[in-house]
Amino acid sequence: MSILVYANTAKNKVHKSAFEAVSYGAQIAEKSGDSVTAVVVGNADDLDTLGKYGADKVIHVTNDKLNDFQPTLIAQAIQQAAEENNASIIVFSHDLSGKSVAPILAAKMNAGIVTGAVDLPQMDGDFIVKKAVFSGKAYAHVKVTTATKIISLTPNALEKKEYNKTASVEDKAYELGDSRLKVVEQKIQSTDLPLTEAELVVSAGRGLKGPENWGMIEDLAKALGAATACSRPVSDMDWRPHHEHVGQTGVAIRPNLYIAIGISGAIQHLAGVNQSKVIVAINTDPEAPFFKAADYGIVGDAFEVVPKLVVAAKAMN
Amino acid sequence: MKILVCISKAPDTTSKIAFTDNNTAFDKNGVQFIINPYDEWYALVRGLELKEANGGSVTILNVGGADNDPTIRKALAIGADDAVRINMEPTDALGVAKQIADYAKENTFDMVLCGKETIDYNGSQVGGMVAAFLDQPFISNASKLDMAGNTATVERDIQGGKEIVQVDTPFVLSAAKGMAEARIPNMRGIMAARTKPLNVVEPSAFENTTEIASYELPPAKGACKMVSADNPAELLNLLRNEAKII
Ligand SMILES: Cc1cc2nc3c(=O)[nH]c(=O)nc-3n(C[C@H](O)[C@H](O)[C@H](O)COP(=O)(O)OP(=O)(O)OC[C@H]3O[C@@H](n4cnc5c(N)ncnc54)[C@H](O)[C@@H]3O)c2cc1C
Repeated sequence: MSILVYANTAKNKVHKSAFEAVSYGAQIAEKSGDSVTAVVVGNADDLDTLGKYGADKVIHVTNDKLNDFQPTLIAQAIQQAAEENNASIIVFSHDLSGKSVAPILAAKMNAGIVTGAVDLPQMDGDFIVKKAVFSGKAYAHVKVTTATKIISLTPNALEKKEYNKTASVEDKAYELGDSRLKVVEQKIQSTDLPLTEAELVVSAGRGLKGPENWGMIEDLAKALGAATACSRPVSDMDWRPHHEHVGQTGVAIRPNLYIAIGISGAIQHLAGVNQSKVIVAINTDPEAPFFKAADYGIVGDAFEVVPKLVVAAKAMN
Repeated sequence: MKILVCISKAPDTTSKIAFTDNNTAFDKNGVQFIINPYDEWYALVRGLELKEANGGSVTILNVGGADNDPTIRKALAIGADDAVRINMEPTDALGVAKQIADYAKENTFDMVLCGKETIDYNGSQVGGMVAAFLDQPFISNASKLDMAGNTATVERDIQGGKEIVQVDTPFVLSAAKGMAEARIPNMRGIMAARTKPLNVVEPSAFENTTEIASYELPPAKGACKMVSADNPAELLNLLRNEAKII
C-alpha cells in the first residue's frame, strides 16, 4: 500500500503547501508503514526536494494537456497514479488547487473525503480526521468509512517534518481525456504567497479611515515579512482588493501571527482568523471585542502606534 | 438558459456554536438559519442576472428536510422561478452531490451554480463532486461569469492569482466574492414566493462515505496581555522572545 500526495507547483517550483502535504503523508506513513509517493503535474525544477519532506518516489506527469490548470484532468492523472501504486490514502493541500481537484477525485473513486484537516488522522480502530468547522468556531472529528481515503490539509496547520530521503523521479505521460475548458488569460499576482499560506499577517479595518492610510500597514507588513489582509467593509468599499478580505465570508486563515489594527472584532471577522496561533489587537477602544480574542493588545491610536512599530520592526532586522 | 442553483442552509453568522448529545450533534436551539452566503449572494444573484439578460429560468435545489422550506422560500423571494427539495437529511457531501447530480441528469441544465463552500462544514466539496458525477467541466472559486451565446467567460481564483477561462455549456461552477451583489427580497417577491412551485423529490439510494463522530469547541483564550501605547517596541520584543513567532 502507499500514501499518495498531490504536490502542487507554481512558477516552476514545488509549492510551500505541497511540502506540508508531503510531510503530512510521510507522518501518516510512519504510523502505517506505507511508502510515500508524490504526484507532480507540470514543470518544477526542484522535484528532488520532495524527498526532504518524506517522499520515497515522485511521479512526474508530463502530459501537455496539463499545462493549464485543468482540475478534471489532474484528477484523472492522480487516479491513475493512485491505482498503479495501490494508494490507500490520498493527500492534498486544502489550497485553491486542492479545493478544486480533491472533490472531483473523491466522486470518481467513491472515496470518503475530509477537507481542511488540522491534525494527523487517528488510525487505531476507526479512521478519524479532525477538521475545523463553523468557520473556525469549532472542530469536527470525521470518520471515513471507505477503503480509499482522501484528506486535504489546511495550510500552515502542522509543523513540517524533515525526512531527508532521496526520492526517485519517474516521468509518466498518463492518457487523459479532453477538457472543454480553455484558459484565455492569466493574471498572476506578484505577491509571493497566497494569504492562506502566509505565516505572519498584518490586517487592518475601518479604523484606518481611508485607503490612503494603508502605506504604514504595508510598511509594517514588509518589515515583518508578513502578508496584508483586511476586514470586509474595507474590501467592500474597495479600499483594498477582495482577496485580502478575511473572515467568515472571506478567506479563512491560520497564520502564526495575526495583527489586527483598527478592526473591532465582530464575530464574523473573528470566525476567519481565530485559529491563528497568536493574535494581536491594536485599537483605540479598550472595549473592542477583539481584545477578548487576542493574546496581546495595545489600546491606542493606529496612526501613532503603527509608525512606531514600523521603526522598531526595521531596527530588529 | 436553464440554470440550477444549489443552496444550502447554514446557521446565521452571529450564531453561538454549541453541541448536544455528548458533542455528537449541532445544537440548533435558538439558532436562526440563513441561505449559505456564497450560494445566495453570488451563485443565486448571478444566476438571476443571467436569466434577466438572456431569458430562461432559475431553479433552486436544496437537499434537506421539510424544516428547510422557509430558507428555500427566501431564495424564491429573491427571484428564482421554482425550487426542488430532495427530501433527505444531508450527512456527507458525496451523498448530497450524488442527489444533485441525479436530479440534474434527469432534468438537464445549461449550468449548475453553487457557492464555493458552506460556512458550517466548510467543505468546498459539493460543486466539484457534482461536476465529476455529471462528467462536466468544473470552474471553482469563480469571481465573474459572463455569457455570450453558449460560451461562458469566467474569472476564477487560482493558486497565487486569477485567470480567465472559457467554457461552453453545460458546466458546473462554484461562486466566490465579486460575482454579484447581494439582493434583498422585496414585498412583491416575498408574496410571489408563497405560490411558486416547491417540489419535493425522494432521494436516490447511496451509501455514506464519511460520518461525523464528534465535535469539539476550541479551548477558551487566556487573558490578553496589554502593552503600553507609548512603547510599541515592547510588543515586538514579546512576540520574539515570549511567543517566539517573529
Ligand atoms: C453575514 C455577514 C457576514 C460577514 N462576514 C464578514 C467577514 O467575513 N469578515 C469581516 O471582517 N466582517 C464580516 N462581516 C461584517 C462584520 O460584522 C463587521 O461589520 C466588520 O468586521 C467590521 O469591520 P471593521 O472592524 O473593520 O470596522 P468597524 O466595526 O467599524 O471597527 C473599526 C474599529 O476601528 C477602531 N478604530 C477607529 N479608529 C481607530 C484608530 N485611529 N486606531 C485604532 N483603532 C481605531 C474602532 O474602535 C473600531 O473597533 C459580516 C457581516 C455579516 C452580517
